[in-house]
Amino acid sequence: MFVLKRLLFVLLVVWSASTITFFIPRISDINPIRERFAELARLGGFSAGELEKIVESYSKAFGLDKPLMQQYFDYIGGVMTLDFGVSLNKFPKTVLMLIAESLPWTIGLILVTTILSFVIGNLVGALAAWPLSPRWVRGVSTSFILFQGVPPVLLAILLIFFVAFKLNILPIAGAYSIGTVPDFTFEFLLDVLRHQVLPGIALIFGSLGTWVLSMRGMGITIQGEDYVVFAEHKGLSSYTIFKDYYLRNAMLPQVTALALALGNVITSAIVVETIFGLPGLGFVLITAIRSNDFLVIYGIVLFITIAVAVLMALVELLYPLLDPRVRQGQE
Amino acid sequence: MINYFKRNISLTIGLGLLIFLILFTVHGLLTIEFKQAYPLAVRPKQPPSLKYLFGTDFFGRDLYTAMVVGVWQTAIIGLLAGAAGTIIGIVLGFISAYFSGLVDAAIKFICQILTPIPAFLIQVVIASSIDKRDVTIITMAVVVFLLSWMAPTLVIRSQVLSMRERQFVAVAKLSGMNSLEIIFKEIFPNLLPFIAAAFVAQVFQAVFASFYLAVIGLGPLREPLLGNTIWAAQSQSAFFNGWWWWPVGPSLAMILILGSLALINMGLDEMANPRIRNKE
Repeated sequence: MFVLKRLLFVLLVVWSASTITFFIPRISDINPIRERFAELARLGGFSAGELEKIVESYSKAFGLDKPLMQQYFDYIGGVMTLDFGVSLNKFPKTVLMLIAESLPWTIGLILVTTILSFVIGNLVGALAAWPLSPRWVRGVSTSFILFQGVPPVLLAILLIFFVAFKLNILPIAGAYSIGTVPDFTFEFLLDVLRHQVLPGIALIFGSLGTWVLSMRGMGITIQGEDYVVFAEHKGLSSYTIFKDYYLRNAMLPQVTALALALGNVITSAIVVETIFGLPGLGFVLITAIRSNDFLVIYGIVLFITIAVAVLMALVELLYPLLDPRVRQGQE
Repeated sequence: MINYFKRNISLTIGLGLLIFLILFTVHGLLTIEFKQAYPLAVRPKQPPSLKYLFGTDFFGRDLYTAMVVGVWQTAIIGLLAGAAGTIIGIVLGFISAYFSGLVDAAIKFICQILTPIPAFLIQVVIASSIDKRDVTIITMAVVVFLLSWMAPTLVIRSQVLSMRERQFVAVAKLSGMNSLEIIFKEIFPNLLPFIAAAFVAQVFQAVFASFYLAVIGLGPLREPLLGNTIWAAQSQSAFFNGWWWWPVGPSLAMILILGSLALINMGLDEMANPRIRNKE
C-alpha cells in the first residue's frame, strides 16, 4: 500500500513536470524548428521561401500539425517510456542517446561528491554540537556553516583562479588533457582524475554548509534525549555515546534531507560542469541552449526530474530499514 | 538593542555586509557613466588599474561600472521576485490554514507535487522558451518567481496552523473578535518574524536562481548582470587567455551578496525560533 502510494506520487510528479514542459513552449510564440533553421539560414544556405517549406515538412515529421491534445498524449506517452524525441542539432541522434553518452560523467561526479560532502558535513556538524568536543574543534566546525551561502559555482571560479591559474598545479578546464586519446590506460585515468579534482572540491564544499548547519541543529536537540542521558549514566565511554547513540540518531533525518536536496545537488553539478567544460549533462544542456536545440533541453529537464522523483521515492521506501520506529508506525 | 546585536552575531555581520553593498551600489550609481557598462565603451582587455578599478573585458566594458549596475539589477530581481513569492506565500498559506478542509488539501497537494521537481530546470525551460531578445530584468524576476512560492506557502501555513491552537487566539475568540480581526490583530503580528525570515529566504533563492540561469546563458544577454558577466567570460575562455579579473570580480560580488543574505537569514531564524538560542 505504502509502496503503491509512493509510486503514484512519482507518476504524478513526472506527469506534472512533463505537462509544464509541454505547455510552456506552446504558450510562447517561439517555434523551435523555425528558430533552429533560421539560425542555419543565417550561417548561409537557403532562402527565406525554402525556410518555410523546410519548417513545414519538419513540423509534419515531428507531428506538430496534429491537434494539440493528440500531441499532448503522444508527448506524455513518450516521456513515460523515456522517449524524448531526436536532437535537432545532431540530427540522427535521439535525446536519450545524448543523455546516455554524457550521463556517466555526471553520475560519477555527483556520486563521489555527494557521498563525501554528506559524510564530512554530518561529522563536522555533529562535532560542532557535541558538548565534549574541544573548544577549537567546535569553533572550526561551526565556521563551516559559512560555506552555506556560497554556491559551488562561485567556489569553482575562485578555485580555478587560485589553484589552476595562479599556482598552476591543476588544469583549468576540460575532462582530459588536449591531445590525449580516451583510453583505459592508467595514465589516462589519472589524467581524468586530475581534471575532476577542482570540480569535486567545489561541489563538496559548496554543499557542506547545509549539512553542517542541519546536523548541528539535530545534534543540539538529541543531547537532551533520555537515551543519551541514560547512556551517560551507564558510564559508557564518550566515544561510544558519540558514535552509537548520538551520531546514529542524529543522522536519520539527514537521510531524508539528502533525498530532498537531490534536486539542488544535480542542479549545482550541472552548472559546475559547464564552468569546467566537462562533457556531462550540463555541457549537453548548455550546448543545446546555445544552439536552440529545444527537444534536448526539455529531454534533459524531464530525465533529471524523473531521476530525482524515483530516487526520492527509493529513499523513502528504504528509510524504514534504517529507522525501526518508522517501520512500526507503518504497520 | 545593541546587546541583542552582540549576541546575534550572524545577523550583525550579515546586515553589516548588506549595508556595505548598498553603500557601494548607491555611491557607484551616483558616480558612474552607465554607458561604460555596455560593450565598446572603453579599451578592451585591460587588467585592474587605477583608471579601471576592476579591469575591462573583451568587449570593452568597464568591469567596475558593470559590477555596480550588475549588483543593482541583482537587487531588483531579488526584491521583486522575493516580495512576490512571499506575498503569494502569505495569502495562500493563510487561506490554506484558515479554511482547512478541501482548499487546504488542494493547496498542500499542489505544493507537495511541485516541490520535488527541481525548480531550476523548469526555470530553464521557461527561460529558454522566451525569445532571447525579449529577456529583461523583469522577465528574469517573473521566471524565478513562478516556481518559488511553494516554500513560503508551506512555512506560513504550518505557522498559522500552530498559532490557531494557541491560547491567545482562544482568548481572542472568547472575547468576541471575528475571524478577520483575529487574523490581522492576533495572528499576523506574531507571524512577522517568520514572514521576515521567509522573505529573506525568498530573496536569497531568487538571486541564486537568476544567477544560475544567467551563468548558463539564459539571462538578459545585453545586461551586465553578474551571472551574465561570468557567462561571457567563460564563453571567451577568460582563464585560458589570462584575463582572470573578468570572472573573478563578479564572483566575489556574488559571494558577498549571497553570504550576507544567508547570514541575515540565519540571524532571523534565531530570532524567530528562540528555542535554538536557549539550547546553546
